[in-house]
Amino acid sequence: MKNLLRLFGIFFRVGAFTFGGGYAMVPIIQKEIVEKESLISETEFLDIIAVSQSLPGPIAVNTSIFVGYKLTGILGALSALLGTVLPSLVIIIILAMFYNQIKDINSIQLFFQGVRPAIVALIFMSALKLSKSIDKTAFNYSIMTIAFISIAVLNIHPILVVIACALTGLIFTARRKKENDIS
Amino acid sequence: MIYLSLFIAFLKIGAFSFGGGYAMLPLIEEEIVLINQWLTHQEFIDIIAISQMSPGPIAVNAATFVGYKHIGISGAIVATIGVVFTSFILVTTLAKVIIKYYNSTIVTGIFSGIRPAVIGLIAAACVSLFRSSIVDFKSLIIGLAVLGILYKTKLHPISVIMFSGVLGIIIFSI
Repeated sequence: MKNLLRLFGIFFRVGAFTFGGGYAMVPIIQKEIVEKESLISETEFLDIIAVSQSLPGPIAVNTSIFVGYKLTGILGALSALLGTVLPSLVIIIILAMFYNQIKDINSIQLFFQGVRPAIVALIFMSALKLSKSIDKTAFNYSIMTIAFISIAVLNIHPILVVIACALTGLIFTARRKKENDIS
Repeated sequence: MIYLSLFIAFLKIGAFSFGGGYAMLPLIEEEIVLINQWLTHQEFIDIIAISQMSPGPIAVNAATFVGYKHIGISGAIVATIGVVFTSFILVTTLAKVIIKYYNSTIVTGIFSGIRPAVIGLIAAACVSLFRSSIVDFKSLIIGLAVLGILYKTKLHPISVIMFSGVLGIIIFSI
């Protein structure tokens, strides 16, 4: 019960501060679950993001369900999910009630104008930290670069990139295993 | 049954939207504005504005907004459950399988390829956010200031977000 409440609390904070879409939750979960509490490792976190990105539904929602399930099973998944969606549920209802009054308040607009560039810097630092968690091999660097170019430059859908890289990893691992078996 | 149709509409949105974020907008528009006519086009544009003022996934925000506008708080809850329902079933099912076979050759192989790709994915998301968020000299200053803070300190992302918001109010008012 205590664990479920703690999980709820952590993901409530994640839900309350995920401004600017999916990947904005990466720095917060990384801080709370990986760095502060050491509940999962950085590599496991990368794996979870990959799965979350490849399934339908919001990435932040998928990630919280996966982390919750991994830590305390189905009830953990439920508490993490509840924590993630509750802040937006409450805030949106309040905003919907008072939208006409709120939309003209200038300082609210300016606040979010200031938050947006910060999210870019936060996600950049997360990517940098996560990149230190994988081995410095030519294979890893090539996959990283190819994935980046495919999405940022060639506009290929991220799911296709994830599937292609999964297959590449599978083939390489199988081949390496075969070589080891021979020698 | 208005609750049921609301639930089903958002179940569809949750089940068929890959990639998250603004990629979900056309699908939400199709279901809410064109098929069910629960919102006008202007109200739909308001959702985007409201989502930018609110934390949380845009699909969840849209579900809450539509459900609330249409039925009230119970509608907001029903629509939100609909939008996350598929995620919950798929993620917990897949998580179970992955955790069970985490050390198998197949799962290890798959993740050895995906892990570096995810870093590329996050970097690409960063570039596209950079294009839409860093639009002038002032926003560039905020971005660089935050980068400096993150490099020098171990400040919590939430504190950084609050700080940058206040910085935004100050800088953009000048």
